[in-house]
Amino acid sequence: MKNKAAFIPLGFFVLLVVIVAIPLLKGTDPSVVPSALVGKPVPSFDLPPALAGVPGVSAKDVVKGPVLVNFFASWCLTCGAEHKLLDHIAKNEGVTIYGIDYKDKKPDIAAWIGKHGNPYKAVGFDADGRVGIDWGVYGVPETYIISPDGVIALRFVGPMTDDDYINTVKPRLEALRK
Amino acid sequence: MIIELGHFALILALVIAGVQSVVPMLGAARGNEAWMRLGRQSAVSMAGLISIAFFALIHAYALSDFSVLNVYQNSHTLKPAMYKIAGVWSNHEGSMLLWIWMLAFWGAAVARWRKNLPLAFQARVISVQGMIAFGFILFILLTSNPFLRIDPPAAEGLDMNPILQDPLLAIHPPFLYAGYVGFSVSFCFAIAALIEKKVDAEWAAYLRPWVLAAWVALTVGITLGASWAYYELGWGGFWFWDPVENASLMPWLAGTALLHSVSVLEKRATLKSWTIFLAIFAFSLSLLGTFLVRSGVLTSVHAFAVDPARGIFILVLLGGVTGGALLLYALRAPYITMGGSFKPVSRETALLLNNVFLFTFAATVFMGTLYPVFLSALDAGSVSVGAPYYSAALTPLLIPFALLMGVGPGLSWKEAQLMPALKKLAAPMAATLVLVCVISLLPLPGRPFTSVMFFIAGWVLFATVNEFLRKTGYLRSWRHLPRSFYGMTLAHTGFALLLIGAVTTTSWVTEKTLWMSPRDHVDIGGHQVMFLGTEPGIGDNYDYDRGNFSIPGASQLDDFIFLKPEKRWYPAPERMTSETALHLFGLDMLYIVLGDQDEKNPSRWVVRLYYHPFVGLLLVGAALIALGGLTAMSARRREEVAK
Repeated sequence: MKNKAAFIPLGFFVLLVVIVAIPLLKGTDPSVVPSALVGKPVPSFDLPPALAGVPGVSAKDVVKGPVLVNFFASWCLTCGAEHKLLDHIAKNEGVTIYGIDYKDKKPDIAAWIGKHGNPYKAVGFDADGRVGIDWGVYGVPETYIISPDGVIALRFVGPMTDDDYINTVKPRLEALRK
Repeated sequence: MIIELGHFALILALVIAGVQSVVPMLGAARGNEAWMRLGRQSAVSMAGLISIAFFALIHAYALSDFSVLNVYQNSHTLKPAMYKIAGVWSNHEGSMLLWIWMLAFWGAAVARWRKNLPLAFQARVISVQGMIAFGFILFILLTSNPFLRIDPPAAEGLDMNPILQDPLLAIHPPFLYAGYVGFSVSFCFAIAALIEKKVDAEWAAYLRPWVLAAWVALTVGITLGASWAYYELGWGGFWFWDPVENASLMPWLAGTALLHSVSVLEKRATLKSWTIFLAIFAFSLSLLGTFLVRSGVLTSVHAFAVDPARGIFILVLLGGVTGGALLLYALRAPYITMGGSFKPVSRETALLLNNVFLFTFAATVFMGTLYPVFLSALDAGSVSVGAPYYSAALTPLLIPFALLMGVGPGLSWKEAQLMPALKKLAAPMAATLVLVCVISLLPLPGRPFTSVMFFIAGWVLFATVNEFLRKTGYLRSWRHLPRSFYGMTLAHTGFALLLIGAVTTTSWVTEKTLWMSPRDHVDIGGHQVMFLGTEPGIGDNYDYDRGNFSIPGASQLDDFIFLKPEKRWYPAPERMTSETALHLFGLDMLYIVLGDQDEKNPSRWVVRLYYHPFVGLLLVGAALIALGGLTAMSARRREEVAK
């Protein structure tokens, strides 16, 4: 009996190594965070506006896809990097983007949008990050493609670069438009 | 040339590590003294060689030698000299070299430490240390070599992350690593004891200063890291339950458990196989921390560049070191005889319970940290585990833990009388209740959480002070007690203060975010803060806008206090950072961050202010904990002689 008990830590350790080894051996890139929500309908939410003069966002708005839903915040430095691209595709490629301002402060976000421009059709104010939790947001920025039937078609974690947009996001949007 | 010399020294260190892991071990098995002594020499020469390698890399950084790939990727000529040097360990390759340098130093310290440590035992310890060093040097040479050249050399480096350009950040990894790697000594002691099938009070007495030394270094490292996060990340928090922070907390918790179980083993020759297990556990958590940060299995703000080959290599190393140790443990632990028996009311029972709690804390943090990895391994989606989980899981355990912390030190070894022990705790309990009543009656936010936390923190504080007063005959004779007792008093007092600081800072914080134009003022924490405006300027390798805020001093005669938070623009990696401005009022901290500028009216800024009451207690508490460890460490030799 005593002999067997001494093997318990080893057993746990082997289990741990196996579990940790799986993502490594699969070669999963940890920056690609898969979402449990891809292929599922948009979770219901209704957010007040973050900016004066720009409406808030609810699930009803975004289900009329294909649209992008972009989680961002004024305190997030990489969101600024992504912003130029968003601004460009909203103004020149006719992509509809809904913004969800994640864990932010209203004066901050007003100043930030004032500085960087507004690519968003509407911006919801997710002050405590509750809607972010429902969506499974890992960190901002995160961008979701919503299909015309209101299903999450793609999740993009982190700042989107021009290449990401051309190679990943744009083809999906175009496929959904057909 | 110097870089090649460093590279060569590292290869030579690998060879020496190979010899060191085999020869002294064989010598100990065969009773060959010359072979055993070889371990001492090789450990010292390995430390010398790795120092050459390390300083060769520092040299390349100091001179901005961009023909070295690692320097090119992580440095820049415009960087201030201090951060060029710190750049050595702010990247993966260099930090692994720092890791192995620390390991070699601990090994050399064990080799130089003669103190009646039996030669065969010492040879085995050094040999195991050699095996670990071998694995990690091989890892550096094969997957993370900092000595690779590029041809043609680059003209300019790529810099490092500017938020990492900070004095505290520059010095905290060496402490953290010294702590992580320091637990390798306990680990090697445990392995050597398992090989010899001999665990006794003497073994514990030899081990204790090493556990304390690693634990103090880790305490300091964590404190510096948390302080950095506090002022640099600009969110006004000091602990974010980030995987990398947890990676340092887990070995600290296991090390704290080890520290207490070693003292039981030393005094009562019991908890033997548990202590061995904890020694393996603490170092394994350090390795796991290294693995988590390096492999990219977990995403984190602190994570370095990701390379699956490295992750697999470290996992193999972890498997070899921890798996091997646990296998040996499984085979040998049954041979280790039980020591003295346990009476339900005794110091050792209290310490055993302390260990159960600390182990549970470590396991809880472990689960929270690895849960996202488990889910992704099972393709069950991804989550991140944050503060709500940790406070929900840890706070309920903290209450019995703290209650025990007040009672335990007052119990005597072997068998204690419960009633007298409880009677002498009446005074601290009364004091605690008074404190809780005062806190609960004052119009302060955060109840009932703050009341509960003040209850446990006050209890630890008063019970510790009470015990100190009693043992010292109310300070009449305070010199004769063992230093470990003073160490414990300091550390427990520190823990209580830390707890109070954490609660007040998170529950009584005042936070204000507002637009401010020059001459606007705002009241926070009883101080009137006036915004005077901003001025642009140029720093070492960045441009800045520096805000200026004035606060009247305490009396009419006092000068104004000026706080100057900055917004910095680093052109080299094109990044913006915020430098918070801090000012301590006693133990309270005023914290100002400059936000965004108004496009239309450039003199108008978003300003974020925090007022953290008693945040200074966090630092005082952590310092007392570290000081307690040092005091207990200094005690060791004299008491051994006295025994």
